[in-house]
Amino acid sequence: MFTYILKRLLAAVPLLIGVSLIAFAIMAALPGDPATAILGSYATPENIARLNSELGLDKPLPEQYLIWLGNILQGDFGRSFSLARPVLDIVLERFGATLILAGAAFLLCSVFGLLAGIVSAVRQFGWVDRAITLVVLIGISVPAFWMGLMLILLFAVNLQWLPASGMYEIYGGGGPLDLLRHLAMPAITLSVVATGVIARLTRAAMLEVLRQDYIRTARAKGLGERRVIYRHAFKAALVSVIPVLGVQAGFVIGGAVYVETVFQWPGIGAMLVKAITTRDPLLVQGGVLLVAVSYLLFNLIADMVQAAIDPRLRR
Amino acid sequence: MYRNFLRTAALCVVFGLFVSLPAAAQTPSGVLIVGQTAEPKSLDPATVTAVNDFRILVNLYDGLVRYKDGSLQVEPALAMSWKISDDGRVYTFQLRQGVQFHDGTPFNAEAVKFNFERMLDNDNPYHDTGPFPLAFFFSNIDKIETPNSYEVVFHLEQSYAPFLSNLAYPTGLIISPAAVKKYGKDVGRHPNGTGPFRFEEWQSNTKVVVSANPDYWGGKPKLKAVVFRPLTDANTRLAEMLSGGLDVMVNVQPDSIKTFNNDPRFTVLQQVGPHVWFLILNTREGIFKDKRVRQAVNYAVNKKTLTEDVLQGTATVANGPTPPAFAWAHNKLEPYPYDPAKARALLKAAGVKDAKLVFYVTEGGSGMLDPVAMGTAIQADLAKVGLQARIETYEWNTFLSKVNAGLVGKADMAEMAWMTNDPDMLPYLTLRSEATPAKGGFNSGYYSNPKVDVLLEKARSTTDQAQRARLYKKMQTIVHEDAPWLFVANWRQNAVANVRVKGLKLQPSFLLLMHSVSKD
Repeated sequence: MFTYILKRLLAAVPLLIGVSLIAFAIMAALPGDPATAILGSYATPENIARLNSELGLDKPLPEQYLIWLGNILQGDFGRSFSLARPVLDIVLERFGATLILAGAAFLLCSVFGLLAGIVSAVRQFGWVDRAITLVVLIGISVPAFWMGLMLILLFAVNLQWLPASGMYEIYGGGGPLDLLRHLAMPAITLSVVATGVIARLTRAAMLEVLRQDYIRTARAKGLGERRVIYRHAFKAALVSVIPVLGVQAGFVIGGAVYVETVFQWPGIGAMLVKAITTRDPLLVQGGVLLVAVSYLLFNLIADMVQAAIDPRLRR
Repeated sequence: MYRNFLRTAALCVVFGLFVSLPAAAQTPSGVLIVGQTAEPKSLDPATVTAVNDFRILVNLYDGLVRYKDGSLQVEPALAMSWKISDDGRVYTFQLRQGVQFHDGTPFNAEAVKFNFERMLDNDNPYHDTGPFPLAFFFSNIDKIETPNSYEVVFHLEQSYAPFLSNLAYPTGLIISPAAVKKYGKDVGRHPNGTGPFRFEEWQSNTKVVVSANPDYWGGKPKLKAVVFRPLTDANTRLAEMLSGGLDVMVNVQPDSIKTFNNDPRFTVLQQVGPHVWFLILNTREGIFKDKRVRQAVNYAVNKKTLTEDVLQGTATVANGPTPPAFAWAHNKLEPYPYDPAKARALLKAAGVKDAKLVFYVTEGGSGMLDPVAMGTAIQADLAKVGLQARIETYEWNTFLSKVNAGLVGKADMAEMAWMTNDPDMLPYLTLRSEATPAKGGFNSGYYSNPKVDVLLEKARSTTDQAQRARLYKKMQTIVHEDAPWLFVANWRQNAVANVRVKGLKLQPSFLLLMHSVSKD
């Protein structure tokens, strides 16, 4: 197991270098530059040239890339142009907030997605199945930002039950309950699509498994239906669902961009969008690298969990 | 069945607990919560360029001079008086005595000298706390002398009339030298000035909190504290305002103004600022080489529809290149009226028939209002007089890099907007023959009129304000006639406040001063 993990981690190194190179190249290829974005109306060529040299952006691109890479290897991600702070501080702080949001959404979509999928499969073509399918399809089709706005309109503006935005109360906030109240709407919004995808896949996987001979055998032995479904069928179906959960975990972090913007959640998605529009290359590159690392880790974890459940994969 | 009932009941109780807490706890009295449009970059005045950051800074710091309430004229602040030498090259300021920075260190001539040398002198040991993007406002300073603790003398390389208004701009706010020395590059997270409010805390992406400075030289502020919240999404800002999470919100979308106007819980504030929205016309090639065609498009576009329908009354029709917020704006200059018949006649006289135009439009950007909707409306108006404009839309930074490089060979016209707090900058950088993109200017349409050039140079070096006004008015009349731009709109900045907020005023400078604001 240890060598397996080590191998996977080593294999990730070229991938991360590739990601860093692509992120760097895209930022370099974008029209407009940080100096123009900072100077706004005053972006005369003279001012731009002066600012670029102060920011170290007048060096040739390959040199800039190598300097950046070398600094990263020493743990220095540089300073953000648009926020005037060390990139690593910003990125980690933002990533923490995203993990809370994405974690909550992931929990919601796993629990409800799996449950809905199982119930759907067991009651195939019954009215419960049809109802769940309908809700799931609507959930997948509705854009997340629109749903977020509708939730805000209902629960924050009209009913005034939940706060419209942010992570904690601005004045005298804090504590887990405060966090939970702020988390409710964004987490639900973020989880909807993933819940739908997981529900659909769980349903398909369950149907597949329920047709197998050993399920018939289990029933024939006289096991209770609950035991047949959860102990035998679900466990087998889970093997094919887990990689999807891994992918969805990554998706949830990616999808957080819209949700973080709508709910003003101080996470990494909203930060990246802002960093791109302000042409802040170091911040974008640092953020992208961290997100890439997290994708790799989630997939690695999913693979390991899968291996733990399915003995066939352990060899 | 019974078990199900219990489970449902328990769920209801939990949910009830969850939502029964007051969502938007009434914000406490004396504490003002302001919804801003973005996270500040830094609170070091020398390093930032955004109005969003300036709104916080002007409450933490003072400059030597400041804008008079409700105008763009300057008045004393940390300097109590000043003298300008006859040749306009030496400015001598007498400083206010007994003023302390929030960290307890004294404000004096040395502190002033330190502030400007940090920005301008590459060899200054604290120059690395930059970069200072707007330092060129003061690049004209040759040397600074401090004959005594309360007198500062600025020697300029040549006479430069905008010097005083540049000092009033937030880039001229004075920071505590001790704080710069203590925090270095991070001083922007530990701001320290002499202003009416002291810095308390900055939670990234959540809030910046400032509290009243009881020792303020201008008297103690009425508020206990101000909290600035960054809310980038306009809809989120709106929702927070409606649900009571904010007391004041800036930059209300035109579509939402009505909502607030009809709600007794809110007051809507509006103020014309030094803003102008226009189309740059490519005067070097294509049909806009002909003045008659440029005038024709000015007649062809219905600016009233743009300001009143598209922008829902959040802007007024522009009469020329100078925004009405400036004292020397030419008030008697009439905007080009909407007159498609006249436009057609002018086009016919110029021999233009069924011309095709390339029209650069941006998706959005600083001061650009509602550029896509406005661009589309303009396109429709031009079609009515027989001009087919093909719109090309670009993201803001891409747009700037295309337009700032000049329109020649690319486009016939492009949207643009400017906001400056001194009246010289805009015409000097956009209307002078020499201000072409190749020479570092923003005259992307290559407008050239020697008379205008002479007037602009003269107005910039004259320190007599009345004389300056006369020169600028002449310039406006000529430019209006030459029509190098399609003059469209002057934005009225707006804000919405909770009725509990008293004494809040919007300033033409777009700054938000909290010193005399109170909240029940």
